[in-house]
Parts: sequence; C-alpha cells; structure tokens
Amino acid sequence: MRRYTVNECKVQFPSLSRNESLSRSAAAAFAMQCDPTVEEIAAIKTAVSEAVTNAIVHGYRDMNGVVELVMRLYSDNTVYIQIKDKGRGIPDIKQAMEPAYTTAPADEERSGLGFTVMESFMDKVRVRSAENRGTAVTMEKRLTGKRDDER
Amino acid sequence: MLKIYNDGKRITAALSGDIDHHAAREFRTVLDETISHSRPELLILDMEQVGFMDSSGIGLILGRLRTVRASGGEILIKNARPEIGAVIRLSGLGTLLVEPKKQEAKL
Repeated sequence: MRRYTVNECKVQFPSLSRNESLSRSAAAAFAMQCDPTVEEIAAIKTAVSEAVTNAIVHGYRDMNGVVELVMRLYSDNTVYIQIKDKGRGIPDIKQAMEPAYTTAPADEERSGLGFTVMESFMDKVRVRSAENRGTAVTMEKRLTGKRDDER
Repeated sequence: MLKIYNDGKRITAALSGDIDHHAAREFRTVLDETISHSRPELLILDMEQVGFMDSSGIGLILGRLRTVRASGGEILIKNARPEIGAVIRLSGLGTLLVEPKKQEAKL
C-alpha cells in the first residue's frame, strides 16, 4: 500500500541562531503524535539542529534570510523533515558531507560533523543544492511507536 | 548555564541547558577564562543538566581539549545522556566519557 501524508506542518523563521532551539523544539513537538521513544526524539532534534545550524552558519553566512522547516508524518509512521534555505548553496555536496570537513574559519570551532550526525541519527538524508540559490536537506526517520489515531 | 567547582588542580564545570551553535559561544568564554586562570590538570565537564547537545558541542569540547592538553592537562566528560554520548562517540571523543547515565526507555 502506498503511504500517504497523515499530517503536515511548515515553520518559517529568520536565520537567527536563537531559532536553532526553536526549530528542534518544533520538530520534537511534531513527532510527539507518534509516541516516540526518548532516543527517537533526541535523534530528530539533533538532526534538525544540525541542518538548521548549517543553513544559518553556511547558507546565510554574512547575510540574513529565511529558513523553512517542513515536517510531514506519513501513514507508515515515517517522519519526513525538510530544511530549506535560499542562501549561498554548497559547491561540492560530497565534500561537504565528509566527516570533519568544514569551510568555516577555525576560530568558529565548527566540528564539520553536522552531516555525519544527521546520517547517523536519521534513516535517510538527501541534500540538494545550487550555488547562490540555496540548499534543501531532506531527512526521514521511521518511528517505532503508534500514531495517536491508531492507538 | 555553567557552574565551576575548583579544588586546586581539578576543576569541575557543571554545564546546564542546551549546547548548540547559539549557546556555544558563552560556554566557550567561561570555560576559556577558567582554563587560562587555573590551568587544570583535569577538567571535568559534568553534563548532568545538559538536555541537548549537537555537533556544535563537539567543536566546543575539541577547542577546550586543545588548550587543556597544551598545558599537560586532560578533559573528562561525565553524566552525559545516552544520546549526547552518541554524538560524542561519533566524533571520536568517546574515550573522554565516564559514568554513562542510565536511560529511560520511554518519554
């Protein structure tokens, strides 16, 4: 049976670092309808925080813009999350996803592990990007709990 | 956000709140003041009150590890939640972890 969308939510916010915590709290709140485990919630929060931080630190480096967070819950209890910016884009996605690779200056102490964390905590991570157009990170994680409408 | 307990050469920094990119700067400032002032042989980062940490926390720990080790000291991390421990292990800093905290299965 083809999965269908059970619920959807879109959040937009300016690229301010204080919105990193807002975005992961929104994602955690959205996932709650699936009775997630502590680990699942932590995984989603961490992955969202990484992607949103990338949008703020890299996508909108030296500029301000809007970050969009789209969350979807599918009928197979998969949480779909997309984080989109209209910033600088990533010239070489493969390189950007390598562990410990970062383009940020050393004094910012970026570990370069954002994508590594996302890939470790989520089932699927896909990155699309175009220079000076922006970046979209799409992630999915299937949750083990039951939805509130199934219980 | 951060309390420092200093008993000579051994310093415990009890961190609290979320450690992300936004919060890292303040943690960094206070930790660096402590490190340059006391040159600890052992800096213990107590994560009991830290509810969240992403890879920005790894950058924070790595930076402090560099300065502490430069003067012959070491860092240990205690009371990290399992999910924070997972991020730390992913970065290769798992050897700094002590006393993993028991986790609850469900919210």
